[in-house]
Amino acid sequence: MIRIQSLSTFYGNIQALRGVSLHVDDGEIVTLLGANGAGKTSLLNTICGLVNSRSGTVNFGEKDITNTSPEKIVKLGISQVPEGRQLFSELSVKENLIMGAYQHYRKRKKEVYNHLEQIFHIFPILKERQEQQAGTLSGGEQQMLAIGRALMSRPKLLLLDEPSMGLAPKIVSEIFKIITDLREQQKTTILLVEQNAHVALKVADRGYILETGRIVLQGSSEELLENKEIKRAYLGRGYKEVWE
Amino acid sequence: MIKDSSYKKHIPTVILAIILIIYPFASGNNYHINVMTLVGLYTMIVVGLNLLMGYAGQISLGHAGFFGIGAYCSGLLNVKMGLPPWISAIIAIIFTAGIAYFIGIPTLKLKGHYLAMATLGFGEVVHVILSKMDWLTDNPDGLADIKPFGLFGIKFDSSFVMGQYFMAWIIAVAILVISMNITNSRVGRAFKAIHGSETAASSMGVNIAKYKVQVFVLSAVYAAVAGCLYAHFRQFIAPSIFQLHTSITLVTMVVIGGQGNIWGAVLGTVLLTWLPEWLTVAEEYDIMFYGILLMVVMIFMPDGLVGRLTTLFHRLWSRFSPRTQAEENG
Repeated sequence: MIRIQSLSTFYGNIQALRGVSLHVDDGEIVTLLGANGAGKTSLLNTICGLVNSRSGTVNFGEKDITNTSPEKIVKLGISQVPEGRQLFSELSVKENLIMGAYQHYRKRKKEVYNHLEQIFHIFPILKERQEQQAGTLSGGEQQMLAIGRALMSRPKLLLLDEPSMGLAPKIVSEIFKIITDLREQQKTTILLVEQNAHVALKVADRGYILETGRIVLQGSSEELLENKEIKRAYLGRGYKEVWE
Repeated sequence: MIKDSSYKKHIPTVILAIILIIYPFASGNNYHINVMTLVGLYTMIVVGLNLLMGYAGQISLGHAGFFGIGAYCSGLLNVKMGLPPWISAIIAIIFTAGIAYFIGIPTLKLKGHYLAMATLGFGEVVHVILSKMDWLTDNPDGLADIKPFGLFGIKFDSSFVMGQYFMAWIIAVAILVISMNITNSRVGRAFKAIHGSETAASSMGVNIAKYKVQVFVLSAVYAAVAGCLYAHFRQFIAPSIFQLHTSITLVTMVVIGGQGNIWGAVLGTVLLTWLPEWLTVAEEYDIMFYGILLMVVMIFMPDGLVGRLTTLFHRLWSRFSPRTQAEENG
């Protein structure tokens, strides 16, 4: 579905991505793990066209979408759930969702409202709260709204940026349950960026490890869960063994 | 509200219209009617500035500049080239829109303080140019002998107080209604989204740069409309009104009335235009008073007067109707 080849992105003189290559196949959930500042968000922003890359290519399906404008990327079927949710806190829950279908709203209003009902079906809590201002929702509800908003554009590929951030473990497992359901029911392909390696590898098929702008490791989730280095650095296990 | 077909939303507009129609007859004082005409002109600018600040989250400390460009452009075309006021006004509005477009494209890439400084700089440049224009106006004090608007042989000059009053307010209410429709539309949501989070808005596919420039141009057009009316009503314009002091007063009107609320623009304008009239005793200190007012509003009612009053109203309402309260809690 998406294939990224030796992508390099700079912020001024600071290099955020150093030749990153990865791919996500149709119907897969792929996770991208890494610590703070590893370049995870930079990668998503480069895919979405929010930041331009200096070299490398991004192919979506057959199409080369390197450095395409964000509007066109959304139209092609890539949608991002940004880090820290970034809701429009002044707008109501319903308006936030409608914003998600911004590109379709003018021409296909009816379709958008139908789709809104589907989103309410996936997240019943959002239906209850639809007239409330988005800023007044709890953390978990806000994350659901952020995901719902991204789904409103009917993406083929959903990019999730740290959906577990700042949420209680119980809510995190609820959110991840929804993520797996999405793949099964809506056939959405997902690229999941996480710091919480344990939860992410449980739902993902494959994973990549990003460190200081480079992919240092890749493999199936099972392999990664068993990898000693991962266990030490990302899962907090076997810490002593390695160092002694 | 996404679908708001109820008649309720028209109630405030109708009430305002009734008050505006009754006012000049009830007042009967030409001076007071003239002040209200000025309120009408400022309302146009403040409504536009409110769209820019309260909805799209940008700031402009240079809107007196657009007000001035509109006024001078229309005035000069009329006096120097002899164009009829209506034609010169239309050209002036288009010209101002063009300038706003070219200023807006680079300027609106800036954020926060930088944007404030850039627009402030623009406003001052306009003021300096207008001040040095005496070679063109033949008069160091300003531009005189501007012709009044004429309609079916009636001249809207300064002796026709009622005519100017109604002309100003009909246009102001039209601008108000247009702006309200914009805020309730897809475009209005896009503005609010940009205000909420630029990153998220652009990942939804909102073309941020385009919308920012659009709303900036729209607010400049409103200011230019007010400028043209001002020039042809007063028939004399001087650069002194088109400077930073006015820009700041305009921003204060937006903030005190309530950012992100079109009605706030009206209330803020009425209040701040009348205040100096009431404060004639302490004339020298009016700027100090504005400052204090601005501080009090920012600290105690960041949503502005209208925002505050709406909350109070809702609170009272739920107190006196226990059923709605139960619904809210349930």
